[in-house]
Amino acid sequence: MKIAISASGADLNSQVDPRFGRAARFILFDTEKQTFSVVDNTKNLNAAQGAGIQSAENVSRSGAKVVITGHCGPKAFRALQAANVQVVVGASGAVSDAIEQFRSGKLKTAESADVEGHWS
Amino acid sequence: MICAIASGKGGTGKTTVAVNLALSINGPVQLLDCDVEEPNCHLFLKIPTPKKKTASLPVPVVNREKCVNCGQCSRACRFHAIACLATGVLVYEELCHGCGGCVKSCPNNAMEEVPRSIGDVETGIKGHFTFTQGRLRIGQAFSSPLVRAVKQGTAFDGTTIIDCAPGTACPVVAALRGVDRVVLVTEPTPFGLHDFKLAVETVRHLKLPFGAVINRADAGDSRVCDYCQKENIPILMEIPDNRRVAEAYSNGQPAIEAVPELREKFSELGRRILEDSSFSKDGAA
Repeated sequence: MKIAISASGADLNSQVDPRFGRAARFILFDTEKQTFSVVDNTKNLNAAQGAGIQSAENVSRSGAKVVITGHCGPKAFRALQAANVQVVVGASGAVSDAIEQFRSGKLKTAESADVEGHWS
Repeated sequence: MICAIASGKGGTGKTTVAVNLALSINGPVQLLDCDVEEPNCHLFLKIPTPKKKTASLPVPVVNREKCVNCGQCSRACRFHAIACLATGVLVYEELCHGCGGCVKSCPNNAMEEVPRSIGDVETGIKGHFTFTQGRLRIGQAFSSPLVRAVKQGTAFDGTTIIDCAPGTACPVVAALRGVDRVVLVTEPTPFGLHDFKLAVETVRHLKLPFGAVINRADAGDSRVCDYCQKENIPILMEIPDNRRVAEAYSNGQPAIEAVPELREKFSELGRRILEDSSFSKDGAA
């Protein structure tokens, strides 16, 4: 299974970006192979609107089944839900730590968006 | 003849000028309230508007049998209103500007447009006076298509006065396009001057003949006048600061009814907007 983690850097030691829609990158982690790749998301970083929607499209097309991030707004959440992607919020620290926290069940799966649109 | 009343700053007196000017014009006149987010001319006219027409925006729907999920529509949409997900295409109607780009970009004709109502165009007639206003539905973000729908009635044999929204953004540009003249209402304050300059820039860009009306003219300083002089902008009228105008406004009474000396001033403004020579044409084509 592939997990997409919103990240400010390009490896497992980089920090989790708390913003889903305007994260610079997604680290795509394969739980079976224990490998990762990087999905660039910089074009959505400065989008005037619809950053969350396009980021969700990006994640969905990457084949990820789970998103780990800090917060997720309503439009992004709707897209991720429609794409059958599980949304996990409240992550912080290094990407590798976030993956570990998710595996040990310390992070919660969001039932809805946890912030308003354009919260930051 | 179509004359738009605009301003940079809000609260300078656009509605006061639009309503009293329209009421001061002899012969057939129509007033279009294009400030569709908060139309307020009706408060002073008390003309019932029984004729209602719904204005809508074309938004795409996806035919799932034809869609191959290629992503062309999503890439075509500069407003990011379409997400092309692994599970199919998702449309965010609230972000759609109705441009039709997605429909044209689809290689499989899998998209068609359906109307989404955004507001109402309401009309009423009293004697030689026709009044039309747009009323945006609560929760709608796009007012420009509704402004255009209100203006569809401008093929009118007489004088048309348009009350614009404040500012210089899209709904104002939509209201200004195609008019013959613009009256910019401002006030002699630092904010009034600052936003007036933005409005001047806008009408010059649109190449429209324009002039200025200074409201509460004796309340501030002379910087607006100085600026007009420097820029060769004709001052079409000055409205003195008068408590009776404010009182009448708060009671929904047109200023010319409450303050008789204003009646002649507005009649004069009406005459001036019909004269070509009264307007600055420095930006005009």
